[in-house]
Amino acid sequence: MSTTSHGSGQHEEYPPYLAHHFDTMGQQAGAAKLGMWLFLATEILMFSGLFLAYFIIRYFYPDMMLSAHEFLQKEAGALNTVVLLISSYTMAMAVRAAQTSNTPSLKRNLLWTLLCAGIFMVVKYFEYSAKIEHGMLPGRFYEAHYHGYELVGLPHIFFAVYFTMTGLHGVHVLVGMGIITWIYIRASRGDFHSGNYIAVENTGLYWHLVDLIWIFLFPLLYLVR
Amino acid sequence: MAHHPAHADHAPEPDYIRAKKGIMSWLVTVDHKRLGLMYLASVLFFFLVAGILAIALRTELFTPGQDFMSAQTYNKVFTLHGAIMVFLFIIPSVPAAMGNFLLPLMLGAKDVAFPKLNLLSFYVFSVAAIMFISTLVMGSIDTGWTFYTPYSTATGGAATMAVFAVFVAGFSSILTGVNFVVTVHRMRAPGQTWDRLPLFVWAIYATAVIQVLATPVLAITVLLLGLERIFGVGIFDPALGGDPVLFQHFFWFYSHPAVYIMILPGFGIISELLTVHSRKHIFGYKAIALSSVAIAIISFLVWGHHMFVSGQSELAGIVFSFLTFAVAVPTAIKVFSWVATLYKGSISYTTPMWYGLMFLWTFTIGGLTGLYLGTLSIDVHLHDTYFVVAHFHYVMVGGTVVAFIGGLHHWWGKMTGKMYNEKAGAIGALLVFVGFNGTFLTQFFLGHQGMPRRYYAYLSEYQFLHQISTIGSWILAAGLLWTMIYLLHSLWYGEKATGNYWNATSLEWHTQSPPIEHNFHDTPHVTGSPYDFPEIDKSGATH
Repeated sequence: MSTTSHGSGQHEEYPPYLAHHFDTMGQQAGAAKLGMWLFLATEILMFSGLFLAYFIIRYFYPDMMLSAHEFLQKEAGALNTVVLLISSYTMAMAVRAAQTSNTPSLKRNLLWTLLCAGIFMVVKYFEYSAKIEHGMLPGRFYEAHYHGYELVGLPHIFFAVYFTMTGLHGVHVLVGMGIITWIYIRASRGDFHSGNYIAVENTGLYWHLVDLIWIFLFPLLYLVR
Repeated sequence: MAHHPAHADHAPEPDYIRAKKGIMSWLVTVDHKRLGLMYLASVLFFFLVAGILAIALRTELFTPGQDFMSAQTYNKVFTLHGAIMVFLFIIPSVPAAMGNFLLPLMLGAKDVAFPKLNLLSFYVFSVAAIMFISTLVMGSIDTGWTFYTPYSTATGGAATMAVFAVFVAGFSSILTGVNFVVTVHRMRAPGQTWDRLPLFVWAIYATAVIQVLATPVLAITVLLLGLERIFGVGIFDPALGGDPVLFQHFFWFYSHPAVYIMILPGFGIISELLTVHSRKHIFGYKAIALSSVAIAIISFLVWGHHMFVSGQSELAGIVFSFLTFAVAVPTAIKVFSWVATLYKGSISYTTPMWYGLMFLWTFTIGGLTGLYLGTLSIDVHLHDTYFVVAHFHYVMVGGTVVAFIGGLHHWWGKMTGKMYNEKAGAIGALLVFVGFNGTFLTQFFLGHQGMPRRYYAYLSEYQFLHQISTIGSWILAAGLLWTMIYLLHSLWYGEKATGNYWNATSLEWHTQSPPIEHNFHDTPHVTGSPYDFPEIDKSGATH
């Protein structure tokens, strides 16, 4: 807001984090939060398309799904589920710390979250490497039969679904790690306190969604019956 | 409807166009009005490009045989025409260009809720546009704008690039949608309750909700299609064990709501034009506002009517047919309310009003022929014929584009600060009306006689109607070029626009033309309806 047109004195105590086009911090936080929820709705709808494709393929080829999923490492999937659940907890604690102006706790919890996300990606890396090594690849790149694996039906579709769903989810984890790093840098600058924590809260919302999607992916892909 | 504290103490402020200087001030602007203008320039450019392609198609069809395009070239040209018109012109035309400019002004806000996101959205759109254009040098696309599988997984050319361009364009659409929904919820001026919103805002709001809910499904659809082409994942390609009809379900789950993304903002514009230029309070404010929302909801439940002959179950066909008819109810409520608004109004035949009246004629034909196609038994006969082409163009060109041009004239002075020439505007409107109906009314008959769509050649008995259609398209093109010329001319030689040159009451008329950078000197306080025309309504006694 250009100060010349508002010389009446009503904006003398203009909060430092308030953007020019909002009147109050409450209005700004409310807008940011509504925007985030709408964005999360779009994420859910995007993934729901993949879930629908998954269920249709499973309806078409139940035996193939059952046989192919045996080659996923259940232990790795379970470990990643636990890691993500812990990261959701630390993220929630980070939001709480921001609300109570406890910057050291905020930074500590963000680091824990980042560490968990890192572990998740490392585990994914080993899982993906194993699949690639055994030729269990999507679509026309599938060549597990050259490696001595005989799977029922059309397993290239299962691995296509597996790589698409976990891959898109993995991209979301990486984006989340980027955002959390940025929030950490801002926290180190002392940006967040009880009067301004909406960015941390929105990051938390996003992170919980990423976690939630994995909670559905894990049983659907690793624990088929 | 709004009162202002006296602002005589303010020094005159430059308008938003002159507030900052230099090309960089435009490239990194977060001002919704400048972004609106940048979108407007982009969509008009793509309208011109895709329009030239359309004229080329119509000219090829002047004779039954091959004239100057081979079948292959024809396929590529109609694909490019459709895809550019849909994804780079119509979808962003009213929401991104006019919505961006008008929404905060109509709400009495300083800007949209997320100005930086707005700028990002523009650049994402630009990237998508560049990706789309790059397909031209990569061998073009020949799938039609619908990208149906299995052909789209088998054809060569640049289809992969094209589907990823659609993916990126979708992001821009989502970001704009989120921004607008939040803006309407959180940025309204004091006193502006939901029943005091201009109907354009209601329409843009309903549109934004559809954009937010439907576009992610398009994103995943084209992502899967791209993966199908690169990896052969086997979800859509029947040769690999996939289901091509699944693609159609995915595609139309987005693309049917998308046609309401295209037409709802047009409805919003018409509501503004008809009431301002007949100096009469809108008839049935609540009915028009809520019917936008009703259309938004029903639009998600009708996608199967594109697939009556694709092999979906008969029961599904019947249900989708019924739901399709249901869309006609809220739509008819709007049309009746508009006609009732005109009744005993003080109609002035300005160019926006000509386009408003034209819309009532052409859109109604487009809407009613939709019922033909929604009827199961008739659709079997008319499916994939020129009847569908004519219906679609009556809704999209006769509806959205006519509303868009009408709105462009209505707010031209507000956006640019210059007035167009009314006489020139009336001539343009006449040419557009004659040309448009000449082009597409004939196509209903062609389609009914069995002329299939997407063919570069045809049997000689169709020649007469095809030639009328082609001549009509030349008249339409002449009308649009004429309009372009006098609008551009007005930028340099037009009269200066006053702040409220239509003497209207919604908030965008409570600031100068063009508005100052922060829209209003002081936040307006809203005390009544946006459609207050006391000289006819007798101080609101009739509503």
